Formats: sequence, structure tokens, C-alpha cells
Amino acid sequence: MNAHLQPTGSAYFLTQETQQTERHTLSVLVDNEPGILARVVGLFSARGYNIESLTVSETEHGRRLSRITVVVIATPKTLVQIKLQLERLVPVHRVHDLTAEGNYVERELALIKVKGTGDHRAETLRLAEAFRAHIIDATVESFVFEVTGKPDKIDSFIALMSPLGLVEVVRTGLAAIGRGAEGM
Amino acid sequence: MAEKMTGAEMVIQALADQGVEHIFGYPGGAALPIYDAMFQQDQVQHILVRHEQGATHMAEGYARSTGKPGVVLVTSGPGATNAVTGLTDALMDSIPLVCITAQVPTTLIGTDGFQECDTVGITRSCTKHNYLVKNVNDLPRVLHEAFHIATTGRPGPVVIDIPKDIQFAVGEYYKPEIETLRHASYRPQVDGDLKAIEAAVDLMLKAERPIFYTGGGVINAGPEASENLRELAELTGFPVTSTLMGLGAFPASDPQWMGMLGMHGTYEANMAMHDCDVMINIGARFDDRITGRIDAFSPNSRKIHVDIDPSSINKIIRVDVPIVGDCNRVLEEMIRIWRSRTNQPRTEAIAPWWKQIEKWRAVGSLNFKNSDTVIKPQWAIQRLYEATKQQSKEVYITTEVGQHQMWAAQHFHFDKPNHWMTSGGLGTMGYGLPAAVGVQVAHPDALVIDIAGEASVQMTMQEMSTAVQYRLPIKIFILNNERMGMVRQWQDLLHGSRYAHSYSESLPDFVKLAEAYGGRGIRCESPAELDAAIAEMLDYDGPVLFDVIVEKDENCLPMIPSGKPHNEIILPDTANLGSIIDEKGRALV
Ligand SMILES: Cc1ncc(C[n+]2csc(CCOP(=O)(O)OP(=O)(O)O)c2C)c(N)n1
Ligand SMILES: [Mg+2]
Repeated sequence: MNAHLQPTGSAYFLTQETQQTERHTLSVLVDNEPGILARVVGLFSARGYNIESLTVSETEHGRRLSRITVVVIATPKTLVQIKLQLERLVPVHRVHDLTAEGNYVERELALIKVKGTGDHRAETLRLAEAFRAHIIDATVESFVFEVTGKPDKIDSFIALMSPLGLVEVVRTGLAAIGRGAEGM
Repeated sequence: MAEKMTGAEMVIQALADQGVEHIFGYPGGAALPIYDAMFQQDQVQHILVRHEQGATHMAEGYARSTGKPGVVLVTSGPGATNAVTGLTDALMDSIPLVCITAQVPTTLIGTDGFQECDTVGITRSCTKHNYLVKNVNDLPRVLHEAFHIATTGRPGPVVIDIPKDIQFAVGEYYKPEIETLRHASYRPQVDGDLKAIEAAVDLMLKAERPIFYTGGGVINAGPEASENLRELAELTGFPVTSTLMGLGAFPASDPQWMGMLGMHGTYEANMAMHDCDVMINIGARFDDRITGRIDAFSPNSRKIHVDIDPSSINKIIRVDVPIVGDCNRVLEEMIRIWRSRTNQPRTEAIAPWWKQIEKWRAVGSLNFKNSDTVIKPQWAIQRLYEATKQQSKEVYITTEVGQHQMWAAQHFHFDKPNHWMTSGGLGTMGYGLPAAVGVQVAHPDALVIDIAGEASVQMTMQEMSTAVQYRLPIKIFILNNERMGMVRQWQDLLHGSRYAHSYSESLPDFVKLAEAYGGRGIRCESPAELDAAIAEMLDYDGPVLFDVIVEKDENCLPMIPSGKPHNEIILPDTANLGSIIDEKGRALV
């Protein structure tokens, strides 16, 4: 009866993922209670989702609410799962996929330390001005710049600083918010 | 109305106010204040277990057989870590548990104190929610909220970690009130979207090859959900299959019942799932034991999926009509809308489909070759089932994990919900014996039987001692094949019959073991004596370990091997298992 049982060479967990991945920014409103960040991060690691960037801080002190901005790279199907899985967490109030909803602004802040003297120093300052980077610390052989902008602007600034004596970079991760009068 | 009391007293008072009659637990240093508070009251009865894992499975059996939450109390450190398996099991199978873990005093947290562990950290991913209570005034809210969260929406385990100083601290206790249940962010959706339900019924009204694929969600939605499922099945005339977790929601004695589906489901259920044109999934989650190869899963059907957990929908299988809601409410609406559209079942339109199903049924996929010299495990379960049918008592079955579990699902038949307790999602060997204890605590007059394997039952055997202490007359029906039969079967299937560590050497003498515990031991090796031995087991008023020596190398069939679609199911007459699965399939579990 089972003569038709020929190996097919494929298997259920090995089905090829056919969807392309996309980069999405999610905004998550949560109770600011101990362990909430661990819950969110634990969910991502347990289910194998990739976090590109994560920013979290209390935003409404009176109501003890925090806003988490998380950038993920996933297929459209997984993106829906990520949103639904986040919503399952008891302290999560709302999850918005800002990228899917389409109308939002995003900014990141970076602190960038550059070392240099002579011509390099002059060139560094010229580029910093073009990027509207503020000098927040200076010595005779170094600067610390503060740059704010979209992540790709910060990427370009870092790339330009790299041959001029880049020492180190600290980035805050992305903060994002919907445009217009409506709140989350 | 607030009342001053200690944290430990709050725990007991909250349990009483939540209607808890029994808790399963084990004491230890950090839990002593709560134990002391318990000692001074008689509303809540404590069952002393022999291992904290046992407590969690008892609570699961208790919960699943009553529809009420199961409650566990353990101490810090090893008490908490021992509970992790049962918590995970309850999460996977959506069982409502409230587990109270004691913790070292807040001043010691983080110092690697004696019997300290990061309980909330460890249990974060194996609970629906958990709490560490650092202020006694939060305790009443947390206790009541824990019950609310465990029992509503998709049920699951909730842990409350209570440091010892919080147990001693005095605060204001208040009773559960509506306000305490109105949670700011936790609001499960129970009513299905009416438009979606109408769309579903419209699809069902046009179906020619329909099937109801039902799961544990129907059981969790309460006995009315099972009633409504029966009614809808009758109204429509459609065939019904169910997952392992959903057995009993639809009566196995009904002609529309197709048997369980999935990896060890019947030929007719799996073929019908593959060939149907409308699939109505009610409270099941397209688990991989059900779907087999995803890209070949029921390729030509329109799919309706009712689930209370939005994340279950479109997680694995894309569906056409998603309905988020409580199974019972959605079933009620489906019945109402169906009735408003027609007063006829689709008998004629689906007659050819039933004819096809009858042909598949005629294959007899659960058949096996019986023997008069050695007891066949399937036959042992059939004899047990026949014997229990003669009993006037309610019959509850629990199982361990392995071949015996699948044979029990295939050959023991259930006509009512909440009478079948098994570890489905996690597949936890050692579940069945303690689960039977929990069921028996909830139903002292019922007949509770753990259908066991000789390997699994040794994982939590010590709970026999609990059964004896509390005079719980559970029956442990061991299908002893001296093998980890399911592992041995996979080794035949996948690994050239190289039986790496899959046999049970130096087994205990189960009869003597039972006697050592203070129970009754029975052994049976001959088919001719089986019925009499079963009768002896059922007649004995106390816990019994019944060692049934069965055929050692029986395979559990039918089986959809890894990497295969439903219509390539292996049937019982397949002689050589070893040649069926290819290289890639071997990587699967
Ligand atoms: C705690 C745990 N460890 C390991 C397994 C893997 N496993 C699944 S079935 C099985 C063998 C069970 O043997 P037995 O209880 O004798 O049942 P049988 O299959 O022989 O009926 C094993 C080891 C499991 N499911 N649970
Ligand atoms: Mg065995």
C-alpha cells in the first residue's frame, strides 16, 4: 500500500523562505515596570527575531509608561508575528509598525570622538559643520561631536571621519514618532 | 474593604477568596511564613508532593479536569527550578496555573544568597506572565491579577515570586473586585468579528468537502463550547477530527467523528484534511505534528481559523478567514448565523465526500495484528476501555509520553471534554502519574487511570507516595515494552535500527515497588489473563501499579513521517520502516 512512498527530498521545517526581508521601525508603549525590557528582548531572542536597534526610556512619568522604539529586519509574515507576539506580553499597551503605517519621523543621536592635528583637524571641522555636528568636547588633539539625524546621515558622517582619525562612536539607537496631531 | 494582615496571610486569604480548595506544594526555608499561615486555617487544603515537578503536573491535571486554575506553592531556588518543566508544559498546552514561589528576602536578592535563584528571569519565557513582589501592598493586586491572567484569554501559567520579608510584612489586603480585574494593557478579545463569522458560515454553506479540525481551545472554552461544537456538527453534517489536545470535545461514539489527526492520526482524518475544500479550525494551532510538510498541507482548501490568541493566526499556515475570539462565543454565533441561512444540513451536497471518507475509513488504519501469546499494547488499551465502560464512575485518563500515549489517544475513546489529560505541546515524560493524582484530588470518587510507559513512569514515580498518603486510588496502567518504544521506533525509521540507549535495562520490579510504597502491584503477561487482571486493578480501592508486559517491538502506526505530506502516511501493513525517510527528513524531530 505504501509503494508510493518515495523520498521527496524536502521536509517541513526546511521549506524555503520565499519572502524578502524588510527593515521596520516599531513603536511599543509599555508599563515601566521592572523586567519589561528583559521581556521584550527575551521574546526577540527566544523566537529568533533580529533587533537592529533598540531605544527605551520612560516617557510619561505620571502614568509610568515607557516607549520602546525597535528596529527589526524580517519578512512581512514575521513582522506581523513580531507585532502580535509583543501584544501578547501583559505589560504591553500598544504596538505600532511605523514603517507599515508610513507617516513618521525618526532621529538618532551619536557622540563621535575624532583625534587629529594639522590639516586633518581643519578638514574634520569643515565636515562637522556641513553635518551640523556640535562640538561638545575639545582638546588640542581631539574633538567629541554630537550629531543628530537619520541613521544614514550618522553613518555617512562616521564614514567621513574614519580616515581623519575616528577614535570611537556611541549611538543612542533610533527614536521615532508618528507625524501629525494624533498620539499613540 | 481593606484589612491588615501579613503577606503570608494575604496569600492564603487570596486563595480562599479566589475559590481555591486545593494547592499542591512543597515547603522550604523561604516559604515557611506562608506554610505557617496555611497551618492556621482550613479553607485551603494542601497536598504535599514528593518533587515540585509533580506539584505542577498535579495542578495541570486538576485544572484540565475541572476547568479551574491549578495552584502550586514551592520554595525558592531548587523549589522554583524544579517547577520549571511543569510551567513550560502548562504554557505549551494553555493550562491555567498560578504558581507561588518563595524567594530569599529582598535584602539578599542579587547576593547569591542561600537558595536564591532568579526565578522571574528563569520563568519569564515559560509563563504567560510573572511577578516579583517587592512591596507587600502590591501583593493583593498581584495575587488577584495572577488568577485573572491565568484563566482568561488563552490560559497559561503565572508565577508570583514572593520574598520572605514580604511574607512577614504587614499590609492592607482587599478582596478581588471588578476594578482589580480591569487591567490597563491586558484585554483579551473574546467576541469574534461578526463579519468574519458570517464570511465563515458563507464558506461553510458552499462547502463540498468540509472538515472541522478542532483543538484544545474548545476544551478551554468550557463544556458549553463542546455542546455547541456538537450542535454545529449536527446542523452542518460535516465530519469532525481533533488534535491530541482536543479529544473529548466531540464524542468518539458519533458517526461524524473521524478520529484524531496528525502524525499518529487516522488515515481518514489525515486524508480528509489533505483533500478538503473548506477547513474549519476551531481552537487548534496548526502545530507541526498536525501539518506535516507545510508546503503540501491541505493544498486546495479555504481555511477558517478561530483562536483566542491573535498570534496563532497566520503563524504557520495562511488562512482565508481569521476569527479572533473565544471558541464558545464564536461557535454560538456560527450556529445562529447558520440557522438564519438554512434549516438543512448539507447532507446531499457532501454525500460524495462522505462516501470518500467511508472508503478511507475502510482501510482500517488503526488495525493491528493481535496475538494469543503476547499482549499487544493496543489490545491492552482496548480491553481497558471496555472494562471502564462497565464502571458507573466517571473515567479520567492521563498519559505519559511515548507510544503508549498515542495508542491511548487512538484506542481509548472519549465522549466528554475534560476527561483526557496528556502532555501535548511539550511532550513531558513523567506528566501522567502526578496529573492523575491531581485529577483524583479534584474528583475523589472517579476512576483515574494513568496509561503509562515503563520509562516515563519512572520520571515521577515518587508521587506514588503522595497518592498513598492522601488515599488517592489512582491506577497506573504501565504498558511495559522494556523499551523507550517511541525512541526505538524512530531509530528503526531513521537510524538503521541502532538502538542507542533506548531500552530499559534493570527495570524495577513494579509489583514490589508498588508494595514498597504501600499500594498494590499487579503484573500480567498473558493475553488470557488480562481481563481478570484489569478487573482486579479496578476493584482495588487504592493506588495500583499495574505492570502489563506487552509486545516489545510493536510500532505505533499510522504515522506521517517527518518531511512528508498527509497523503503519504505510513499504514500498519508497512513492514520495513527503515527505508522510508530520506536524508533531509532525518534532520527533523
Ligand atoms: C522528559 C522527557 N525526556 C525525553 C523525552 C523523549 N522521549 C519521548 S518518548 C520517549 C520514550 C518513552 O518511553 P516509555 O515511557 O517506555 O513509552 P513507550 O514509547 O515505550 O510507550 C522518550 C525518551 C521526552 N518526551 N520527555
Ligand atoms: Mg516503554
